[in-house]
Amino acid sequence: MAEKTINLHYTIDGNNFTTAGQASSNIKKVLKQLGVYPEAIRKAAISMYEGEINTIIHGKGGEANVAISPETITIVFTDNGPGISDIDKAMQEGFSTATDEARELGFGAGMGLPNMKKYSDSMTIESQVGKGTTVTMIIKLN
Amino acid sequence: MTVREFIEKNDLQIITEGDLEKEIDGCYIGDLLSLAMSRVEEGQVWITIQGNVNIAAVAALTDPACILLVDGRGIDEATKIKAQEQGINILGTALSAYEAACRLFQQS
Ligand SMILES: Nc1ncnc2c1ncn2[C@@H]1O[C@H](COP(=O)(O)OP(=O)(O)OP(=O)(O)O)[C@@H](O)[C@H]1O
Ligand SMILES: [Mg+2]
Repeated sequence: MAEKTINLHYTIDGNNFTTAGQASSNIKKVLKQLGVYPEAIRKAAISMYEGEINTIIHGKGGEANVAISPETITIVFTDNGPGISDIDKAMQEGFSTATDEARELGFGAGMGLPNMKKYSDSMTIESQVGKGTTVTMIIKLN
Repeated sequence: MTVREFIEKNDLQIITEGDLEKEIDGCYIGDLLSLAMSRVEEGQVWITIQGNVNIAAVAALTDPACILLVDGRGIDEATKIKAQEQGINILGTALSAYEAACRLFQQS
C-alpha cells in the first residue's frame, strides 16, 4: 500500500482513439506495484478506462488526475467539452449519444457511466452545458 | 484446457501471441466494449468480431486467456502491435460465435 499520497496526472488527447487505455493500464501497473488487492485494481482500472473513453469521445479531450492514498483512490476527469444537459438521463443504462463512427468501434452501449458508478464507491458528476464536465470517483482501499 | 490446446483442436489462427499455456475458464461473447469491460473475466475466451485497437485496451484490463475473432474477422496493424506489446493472445477463425462457443463448451 502507498505510505503517503501519490498523485498522478494524465493528459487525454481528444482525437486519438488509439492511445485510449494508456492511463488505465498505467494505473493498473502502479496499483499492482503498490500491492493493492486485485478487486480494487479491477474497479479502478475499469472506472479509469470508461472515464478516459468518455473524455475522448464526448469531452473532446481533457485530463485525469489520480490520487492514491493508503485509504482511497480518487480519480478526477475534467474536460472542456459540450457538457451534459441531463445527468440523470446520461446515467441510465443504455443511454448514449455516441456517433456512428464511435459505435462502429464498439462504443455506445451506454454502459460507461453506469460501470463507473458500479465500480467506484462514490461518483459525482458536475457539468455545465457548453463549458465542460468533471467526474470524480472514489474507490476505498479497505 | 490451455489456449494452445484450444487452438490445436479447432485449427484456429494465431494473430498475436502471448502466453499460450494460459488455462481457459469459460467465455464471454460480445462486441460492445463497455459491456465487455464489465463482463469479461480473467481466464475466459472473449469471443468478438470487434477488431479495432480498443480490444487490446479492454483485454489488458480484464485479462482474458485469449480474444477469439470469429466470422473470419481480422485486426488492423495498430491493434496487432499493441496486443503484441501487451502479450495478449488474439486468435482467429471462420467459425461463428455460436459454433466457437459450442466447441469450447464441449471440449472444456
Ligand atoms: N465527458 C462527457 N462530456 C459530454 N457528455 C458526456 C460525457 N460523458 C458522458 N456523456 C454523455 O453521457 C452519455 C452516456 O455515457 P456512457 O459512458 O454511459 O455511454 P457511452 O459513452 O455513450 O457508451 P459506452 O460507454 O457504453 O461506450 C453519453 O452518450 C454522452 O451523451
Ligand atoms: Mg462511455
